[in-house]
Amino acid sequence: MSANDPHAHNHDHGSELSEMQLRVRALESILIEKGYVDPAALDQIVENVETKIGPHIGARVVARAWVDPEFKRRLLADATAAVNSVAEFDPVGAHLIAVENTPQTHNVVVCTLCSCYPWPVLGLPPVWYKSAPYRSRTVIDPKGVLADFGVGLPPGTDIRIWDSTAETRFLVIPMRPAGTEGWSEEQLASLVTRDSMVGTGLPKSPDQNKAEAAR
Amino acid sequence: MTNSVHDMGGMHGFGPVEPEPNEPVFHADWEKRLYALQRAMGATGLWTIDGGRASLENLPPLAYLAASYYKRWFLGLERRVVAHGLVGEDEIAAGRSLRPGIRLNRKMTLEDAKKRSFAHFDRPAPGPARFKAGDQVRTRNIHPPTHTRLPRYARGKLGTIEAVRGCHVFPDTAAVGAGENPQWLYTVVFGGRELWGEDADPAIKLSIEAFEPYLSPA
Repeated sequence: MSANDPHAHNHDHGSELSEMQLRVRALESILIEKGYVDPAALDQIVENVETKIGPHIGARVVARAWVDPEFKRRLLADATAAVNSVAEFDPVGAHLIAVENTPQTHNVVVCTLCSCYPWPVLGLPPVWYKSAPYRSRTVIDPKGVLADFGVGLPPGTDIRIWDSTAETRFLVIPMRPAGTEGWSEEQLASLVTRDSMVGTGLPKSPDQNKAEAAR
Repeated sequence: MTNSVHDMGGMHGFGPVEPEPNEPVFHADWEKRLYALQRAMGATGLWTIDGGRASLENLPPLAYLAASYYKRWFLGLERRVVAHGLVGEDEIAAGRSLRPGIRLNRKMTLEDAKKRSFAHFDRPAPGPARFKAGDQVRTRNIHPPTHTRLPRYARGKLGTIEAVRGCHVFPDTAAVGAGENPQWLYTVVFGGRELWGEDADPAIKLSIEAFEPYLSPA
């Protein structure tokens, strides 16, 4: 049973308590009883990642970069400072680095040693990002990994892999899709997928977006 | 532990990447609670992020590979609270607290959790940076028995400094309780063929974030 197999989690959904539910519950009660953690703080931490942080934050940053060349320039120079200078964006902490896809170069982010990921702009990483297949293969066979995501790049495109081996975190700024001239920042943000900001996907095209909205 | 199974870059045999459509943030309730416990216990300041990573890397290789991401966190957290004398082995076995806790200097409050503050790892530089953008460097061929962030596939390789990222806490010492020992951090870029040999795709470039002690002039 591999960690990236969605069926692997099914036994945790039922009403029967799994071994892990019991063990985590026991550890949580020990830590609460000993006064090391505050249950209200624990609930807040879960609420933060379930309802507040997520890829919608990064999508707004990307959309702003697409419509505002001066913001994009500042973002590529110092992403932390650029994002934190915009009052309506959530603050992102330190060491955020934005890397730009161009017709020549496509960027992909990985963490081979653990699962470092830009939480403040993308939320918690998906299971595949933390999985052995992604962590092992992205650095040696990035085209094969992109193919697993159904992504093919035009011939002649260079691929740049960023292995997140320190506390610096990377946000890919994908290329703005064709056919979006005159779109608002909000409309553009709806095209920016999480995977397109990791480099394992491309933004949605206007047609894809329309088709998905109609479903 | 340095040369353990967590250092996966370039390994074969793990199969295809399997994206999950409409993936939820968590797949089980225990993952939520564990995530929150890990964050809250991290805020006590009793161990560093690097010490936390080292405790996962020190899991037996088969246990590491068999565990999901959050199960690994659980196993690491359980080890750390015991190792730091916060919880007794007997209490883990009993599944409940058997005596009062020890006094902590810091405890995460609800207000702290609401603020969603982020840890910073940059530190004042003890001296000037040894390298600048454009410099050729060779990564050192090191195999410390303790924690390091220089992946195996990138050791002894010729690369180019692309950017200087400031001076940061040095994981190799922070993980073993030997202090923050701030070091300059660089983005070092390698050609695919330097890393993977003549048969590698020349269209691929790869960078790591390398601390100065990992690098020699080339």
